[in-house]
Amino acid sequence: MRNQKHTAIPFWRDERVLQVLGQVAFAAAVIFFFYILIQNMVTGLQRQGTTLGFSFLQGTAGFDIAETSITYSRTSTYAQAFLVGLLNTLQVSFVGIILSTILGIILGVARLSSNLLVRNLSAAYLELMRNLSLLVFLIFWYLAVFLKLPRVAEAVIWPGQIHLTNRGVGLPWGLPTETFETYRWVLWAGLAAAALVALVLHYIGKRTGKPPLTALWALLTFAAFAVVGWFVLPGAPLTLDYPSVQGLNMVGGKVVSPEFMALLSGLVLYTAAFIGEVVRAGLQAVSKGQVEAARAIGLTGFQTLRLVVFPQAMRVIVPPLTSQYLNLTKNSSLAIAVGFPDMFYVSNTILNQSGRAVEMISLVMLTYLTFSLVTSWFMNWYNQRAQLVER
Amino acid sequence: MSKKFYPLFGLLIVAALVLAACGGAPAASGDASEPATADTAAPADDAAPAPAAQTAAQGETLAAVVARGYLVCGANNQVPGFGYVDADGNFSGVDVDYCRALAAAIFGDADAVEFRPVTAPERFTALQSGEIDVLSRNTTWTLTRDTELAGNFTATTFYDGQGLMVPSATGFTTLEDLAGGSVCVQTGTTTELNLADAFAAAGISYSPVVFEDADSTFAAYSEGRCDAVTTDKSGLVSRRSVLADPSAHDILDVTLSKEPLGPMVRHGDDQWFDIAQWTVFALIAAEEYGITSANVDQVKASNTDPQINRLLGNEGELGAKLGLSNEWAYNVIKLAGNYGEIYNRNLGPDTPTYIPRGYNSIYTEGGLLFAPPFN
Repeated sequence: MRNQKHTAIPFWRDERVLQVLGQVAFAAAVIFFFYILIQNMVTGLQRQGTTLGFSFLQGTAGFDIAETSITYSRTSTYAQAFLVGLLNTLQVSFVGIILSTILGIILGVARLSSNLLVRNLSAAYLELMRNLSLLVFLIFWYLAVFLKLPRVAEAVIWPGQIHLTNRGVGLPWGLPTETFETYRWVLWAGLAAAALVALVLHYIGKRTGKPPLTALWALLTFAAFAVVGWFVLPGAPLTLDYPSVQGLNMVGGKVVSPEFMALLSGLVLYTAAFIGEVVRAGLQAVSKGQVEAARAIGLTGFQTLRLVVFPQAMRVIVPPLTSQYLNLTKNSSLAIAVGFPDMFYVSNTILNQSGRAVEMISLVMLTYLTFSLVTSWFMNWYNQRAQLVER
Repeated sequence: MSKKFYPLFGLLIVAALVLAACGGAPAASGDASEPATADTAAPADDAAPAPAAQTAAQGETLAAVVARGYLVCGANNQVPGFGYVDADGNFSGVDVDYCRALAAAIFGDADAVEFRPVTAPERFTALQSGEIDVLSRNTTWTLTRDTELAGNFTATTFYDGQGLMVPSATGFTTLEDLAGGSVCVQTGTTTELNLADAFAAAGISYSPVVFEDADSTFAAYSEGRCDAVTTDKSGLVSRRSVLADPSAHDILDVTLSKEPLGPMVRHGDDQWFDIAQWTVFALIAAEEYGITSANVDQVKASNTDPQINRLLGNEGELGAKLGLSNEWAYNVIKLAGNYGEIYNRNLGPDTPTYIPRGYNSIYTEGGLLFAPPFN
């Protein structure tokens, strides 16, 4: 109050000016700090006589990779090798996210089950998994489970010609025949029809206020197209190819390597425990009154879960679920411990062969960052849709 | 009250950060201890004539090692006979003994050395960044490593070739037997490339199963994940000795590549390169002349051969030319032994990792070891 009598306070005691100045100084300090770090790196590289650049990626890789989803040989470039690793990472992350979500939801619901045995089993599993180290767990799966399977010559054959060996698990797999191209169009058409059905049902649901089982009907439409298409075409679009042991390895069918299996099962079983807890928290966050009210107006148990509990639980579930998805993707870099050629593993090899440490590490960091940002962007978009609309 | 302190807090944080940044910068460059030297030497270089500038830039590594009081050696800790940590935590092996010899040359004390285990992928970075003074970790001499990876190989301390090991029960004898099979291999090595080359040349398909370190590679092999495991033949012999049943595994009579192994130093410091190189030659020459750690004192006192006199520092000033004491080679032989002694200690017939000397004999005995003259 006394201040008001005086003329304007000097700027070095003016809180508003000081706040701005403080932030400017802070930003300058941060920039200066990074400037020194980068400068240090650049002079270091100059002293070694190397320069930064990504042109080396066009060089010949020279090494083989066991699991590739695109054409790759030792004469391919480093860039192609990196792409192989990238696709392998995406593959294991994608399958991992789907499986761990399904298992996680089951665990979360089971954790709240009224059945004593189910509830306690689920609780024990969650506690065990959440307190293990993932790396140890992966190595356990690799060395103690998948490599302990019988050797190729003594393969255990399960019904349906499923071969269990320590070289991988051989599964019967569809081989495309000449009608497969046409069948693919049938599937696309089925997809379009399913989307149409979903839209129409959604519209009807909005108008009548009685939401039908949109997803179920859409799925059935697609399945109908797939089944009818299969039999209408002159020949079956896929023939079943069975794996068999020939020489040192399995041929035919689809052979899933023990490295992939170990990584996938490790990641899924581990992440599912965290997702289970997230789901439990989400379900418990829905107040009891909501359930009671739903039952009071005559909804069945399943309807209550689908129409009342889950939509509200999603608000709580989605943000932490996003973190779990990101964790799973990033944890997949532990693949190197079990010899699965993911992006980090391939980059490590490239780094060694080319000696380009700074470039390769930045590339890997940038790629993981991109994965994470895209995942979290998608989940945020979904989260916004799942939020309560307040009127 | 709290609002008033707000800007004050902000300023404090900024001040702390600025201090941290300022404090961090010299520490970061001081870390490697050379950058600082190099930076301060740079302005002087412009003024001084070119030859003087070179000398200034050269002494760097030796000066840093002497100032520190011990040598930092990048070593292996997983390959018995070459670089291995025993149950008591002591390093042993041929590559390890080379570092002891180098420490003896510099300090007259073979224990003035710190061994830093480095993995295959990180070893070159560790050398480039100055974290280690010399890399002595069964590293193969290749053109790329000599140029792009900014290192210099000094001399070959072990002539090796890449081989394949298979379980005896399989009865495999040739590369072709492995058609369609899997091969366990360690990443970050020339091994991985040679393997791809050899199978491509033979036109047979295979699938590589690649691991980060030797331990997991051999663990997967012994679990039967692969039909064969590949690394340098010396490595196969030494790893076989620690497998559950060493007699149940055969090393195929197939050589996939030439693997000259030797210590490596950084680019740019020729004096340090010379010291590292001539230490190897001193070990070889000593065996050639029949000087051992046991008889070196006697030879030094009674010898008349001028070559040997120069080597042991009785005559001439060879040590000074390297920037070392004149008895450097004497210390090497006295404290570390000659090449043959080191070999027998780690890979000789009495060790579990016995490898016949073959190419690794002195040239007079039909091997490839040949030291230039000590003149």
